[in-house]
Amino acid sequence: MRIVVCIKEVSSRESRYEVASDEAWINEANISFEINECDEYALEEGLKLKEHFGGEVVVLSVGDPRAEKVMRKALAMGADRGILIADERRQLTSPHLLGKVMSSALKDEEFDLVLTGTQSDDLSYAQTAVVLAELLSIPHATIIMKIEAEPEAKRLRALREMESGRFQWLELPLPALLSIQAGSSPVRYASLKGIMQARKKEIRTLKPEELGVEATAVPELEVVRLYQKKEERKAELLEGETGAIVEQLVEKLQKEAKVL
Amino acid sequence: MKELIYVLVDHNGENINPTSLETLVLGQELAEKTGRRLHALLLGCNVRNLAEQLAGYEVDSVIYTDNALLEDYTFESQCEALSQILKTETPALLLMAHSYQNIDMAPRLSARLGKALVTDCVDFKLSEGELVFVRKMFRAKLYADVRVRSEPPWLVTLQAGSRFADALVKGSAKVIDRQVDLSSVEIKRVTGETVDFAKDRVDLSQAETIVAVGRGIKKQENMDLIRDLADVVNAEIGASRPVVDNDWLSRDRQIGSSGQTVSPRLYLAIGISGAIQHVVGMKSSQCIVAINSDRNAPIFNVATYGILGDLQEIVPALTKKLREIL
Ligand SMILES: Cc1cc2nc3c(=O)[nH]c(=O)nc-3n(C[C@H](O)[C@H](O)[C@H](O)COP(=O)(O)OP(=O)(O)OC[C@H]3O[C@@H](n4cnc5c(N)ncnc54)[C@H](O)[C@@H]3O)c2cc1C
Ligand SMILES: Nc1ncnc2c1ncn2[C@@H]1O[C@H](COP(=O)(O)O)[C@@H](O)[C@H]1O
Repeated sequence: MRIVVCIKEVSSRESRYEVASDEAWINEANISFEINECDEYALEEGLKLKEHFGGEVVVLSVGDPRAEKVMRKALAMGADRGILIADERRQLTSPHLLGKVMSSALKDEEFDLVLTGTQSDDLSYAQTAVVLAELLSIPHATIIMKIEAEPEAKRLRALREMESGRFQWLELPLPALLSIQAGSSPVRYASLKGIMQARKKEIRTLKPEELGVEATAVPELEVVRLYQKKEERKAELLEGETGAIVEQLVEKLQKEAKVL
Repeated sequence: MKELIYVLVDHNGENINPTSLETLVLGQELAEKTGRRLHALLLGCNVRNLAEQLAGYEVDSVIYTDNALLEDYTFESQCEALSQILKTETPALLLMAHSYQNIDMAPRLSARLGKALVTDCVDFKLSEGELVFVRKMFRAKLYADVRVRSEPPWLVTLQAGSRFADALVKGSAKVIDRQVDLSSVEIKRVTGETVDFAKDRVDLSQAETIVAVGRGIKKQENMDLIRDLADVVNAEIGASRPVVDNDWLSRDRQIGSSGQTVSPRLYLAIGISGAIQHVVGMKSSQCIVAINSDRNAPIFNVATYGILGDLQEIVPALTKKLREIL
């Protein structure tokens, strides 16, 4: 099977966010970056399918040229090669523009399956995957926890998560696109050998212009202002010395909230 | 035509999705503030009854489509039906609930029509005639005002709990039957059986006290801290999703949109950040205590009391104190 896995570089979980002076993005100065959480699960699913059926795993990413680093990690985990769409203008920030460059980059890749995450941890649009499927004219399924592929029969079954702890099996013809839910199955670590090999693997860099998006193209969604809402905090915050705050809390639970 | 607002109302054939009613509230607000006219839209098979129900709210009309191909949800027929309707009627806005179903369908519709989709909104702002949508980004730690740069219709999904369905204004609307032609739709994705893990699970919905643990616990060996605390207050143990994904607790203890919904008297959220998918499952608890080392964790926006600190230190101290007095 030839499998494409879309991975996005996002600010890491531990980040303390600070809004940049243009108010439209975060200040990236003290931020570290990682693979978007569910994309790592998508990669794991892709690698398992390759181990089982043979073939190739190609990772595709759109972002700052810095994203090469997370792509190397994906290559170290076992992906075969990478395609990086370098967005130096930070223009490719909306699902339609992303879908456009990603679908053109995949035009000549004869893939059987595209895997993505369900949602990015920075923009959190939860739509890029499905937009991409439409632009590629292939069926899709979202929030997938398990895949049973039958590449010879050109189809697969996928277990979709639903509300309230229910799941549903879906059957799709290949090629198809699946968005993978975090936690589907444990993600592997890169081995030392993997890390060594990754250095030699190919990452092809493409520019938006080569993929039909000119500098003048306007994203359909634009973040005009990013902000914190401090006044939103509802909790009465107890901080300080552990003994004292525990004491305070217990008293409040007994006397104010009357729940103990 | 650009003066219309449509609200797509989801249902399961019998009942209307509560988040869709919240979305209708948003529709009523937007209609009032922008002077536009509001219409509810129902897709399904034999949904006239549901349409009549909706006609009891203040909307201009309830438009419903009965079609055998819309009886069970498929993204293919939903998308085609909505494309046909939006191409002829071109409302300014199509509002939808941010439900699992719409998030499977709406991005396709958006890409097919070349019209923007703003997902998971919690609010809107209107200033000097410009409408922007408010949504959370960056792990719900930042808010963003998002402007749409494409032509109408704009597609918008609303996060559950962003409005109160009780605020719906009553009225009496006409019901309109609107046909669509789905004869060219090809269904490629086939729906198979549903698996329900809920059958023989631990039922947390009746628990008086829940000690819920999140990824902040870091490793399985630390789970004893949680068990000790739960023992002292006689609580059930619940968890956020990553804890269950890591197999530190069984899946049936997951709380949230894809887990259980609970409303105990006391809910202790320990090392849980407060993602919306978790919060929808526990926000109606009577008293919520959050223990978290990050001052900006969104859980503090729903908690009654917050303890800012390291759970490794706080939890044993709290257990000890409670053991003394209970
Ligand atoms: C479709 C969908 C459905 C989902 N359904 C659910 C669901 O049903 N239930 C659910 O829970 N999630 C669900 N999620 C996942 C959800 O989006 C979050 O990823 C998840 O809730 C995060 O869990 P967490 O808060 O435990 O982890 P994190 O977000 O990683 O938070 C860990 C927290 O622990 C704190 N912490 C770390 N160390 C310490 C310490 N030493 N002391 C104190 N605090 C500490 C951190 O500050 C942080 O706030 C769903 C997601 C999707 C996309
Ligand atoms: N810039 C990007 N590069 C690669 N994949 C992306 C990018 N943006 C989004 N995706 C994929 O689309 C999924 C959903 O993203 P989003 O619509 O932003 O929530 C992610 O989990 C990724 O798999």
